[in-house]
Amino acid sequence: MRRVALVALLLPLCACGGGEDAGSSDDDRTITVLAAASLTDVFEQLATPFEEEHGVDVTFSFGSSTDLAELAADGAPGDVLATADATSMGLAEDAGVTGDVETFATNVLTIVVPEGNPAGIESLDDLDGSTWVRCADEVPCGKVARAVLEAAGVTAEPVSLEEDVRATLDKVVSGEADAGLVYATDAVAAADDVDAVEIPGAEDALTSYVAATLEQSTDADLAADWVAWLRSEEGREILDDAGFGSP
Amino acid sequence: MRDRLGRPPALLVVPAVVATLLLLVPLVAMVASTDWQALPDHLTSRTALDALRISLLTSTVAIAFCLLLGLPLAWLLARVDFRGRGALRALVTVPLVLPPVVAGVALRSAFGRTGLVGEPLLEWTGFAFPFTTWGVVLAHVFVSMPFVVIAIEGALRSADPRYDDAAATLGATRWTTFRRVTVPLALPGVVAGTVLGWARSLGEFGATITFNGNYPGTTQTMPTLIYVTRQADQDAALSLSLVMLLVSIGVLVALRDHWLGTP
Repeated sequence: MRRVALVALLLPLCACGGGEDAGSSDDDRTITVLAAASLTDVFEQLATPFEEEHGVDVTFSFGSSTDLAELAADGAPGDVLATADATSMGLAEDAGVTGDVETFATNVLTIVVPEGNPAGIESLDDLDGSTWVRCADEVPCGKVARAVLEAAGVTAEPVSLEEDVRATLDKVVSGEADAGLVYATDAVAAADDVDAVEIPGAEDALTSYVAATLEQSTDADLAADWVAWLRSEEGREILDDAGFGSP
Repeated sequence: MRDRLGRPPALLVVPAVVATLLLLVPLVAMVASTDWQALPDHLTSRTALDALRISLLTSTVAIAFCLLLGLPLAWLLARVDFRGRGALRALVTVPLVLPPVVAGVALRSAFGRTGLVGEPLLEWTGFAFPFTTWGVVLAHVFVSMPFVVIAIEGALRSADPRYDDAAATLGATRWTTFRRVTVPLALPGVVAGTVLGWARSLGEFGATITFNGNYPGTTQTMPTLIYVTRQADQDAALSLSLVMLLVSIGVLVALRDHWLGTP
């Protein structure tokens, strides 16, 4: 019943989005990739060569991993699911809607500060007393942040627990927060607006990105091609440039 | 009377039924899918109670500000002839049609720590709105004010201005007339506008999370709590949604009986 209610609420929204995208393409072959917010920039970059090579359209729905996994589990339209940790992928796996789950990248947590570091944040210890933000415990980047903070014995409280990593980054980019805990790749993506401060020992709480094709895919071959593309040599290079580690 | 007019035409009844179903089915489905056994645990958790407290507090304070500032603005729009009145009325309605996220971005540009007003404010007083309960109130005032102003202005317009004239003839100042004649005559509309604005404020989410973020005990309102909880525990999110539904219905029913006098 819960499922039915959710799908009934969400399906019309998804249908609208899909309709627009399909209309803009002459070619009928399109896949939709549901992907973690932290993959936003790199997936856009990965899409261009893939689209050229296959003569297809790739559309994205970016959001928090858990959110997207829940949607996929509820049968939301989509061909590939890529999440920022295995736990959220598990939500979709448990619902039996995924193909083989493949790890394709890793990421590490870092501190970001507005350009010029106005609050002078040099380490996790400096967070105490500053206006800083991190992800909520419910989403992968929040789980990693908590693990890193606990390992470092930092008890400082953030001013906000953001709904996903891009919202966290946004609070720092806009200058509202003195510092934020985001992935190293987010710091690369926003390098024009923020400076990164490395966290010693953050590698111990590495996060792994996983991808899987979805049962509800309307083009299973193309969906599988996308997952393979993420693990290909060429795809690896693009991921490297964006700051993602190899699995 | 009803018989003489004939049966209501199907052309009107069918869409009316569809409209009713459209509004009710999602709510019924939500209630039906609630996990009743886990409900007490979900509702008595510290975070849930904090969020409910913040929600009720901020929306009530916000509506007080809306009334304090919005009632005079509504009066100005309804009763005073001045150049640019039409333009001002149009401007007041803009936040009404603005997507809440855009409202949040706009508030940040104005009252954020590097914002137009926010930066000098921070320099002079050391206070910044973002990430504080006052920031939530500010966001609520911004999104609710148009509802209050538009509703009250409508009520003031439909109250006969000749009573104002009569009061003036009898020697009342414009302030006395406003206080003793205009507002009492339009009171049901004023109350309706207040309730509408309060309801909008209680449900406000997009502007709040964009402008203030989300932290239990300071900025986390029920809608933001529901939003983040949904990512980890759908059942808990449903229980919390049910509370919002009950609070909203409760207040609307109470106010309807006590104030609005409609059946």
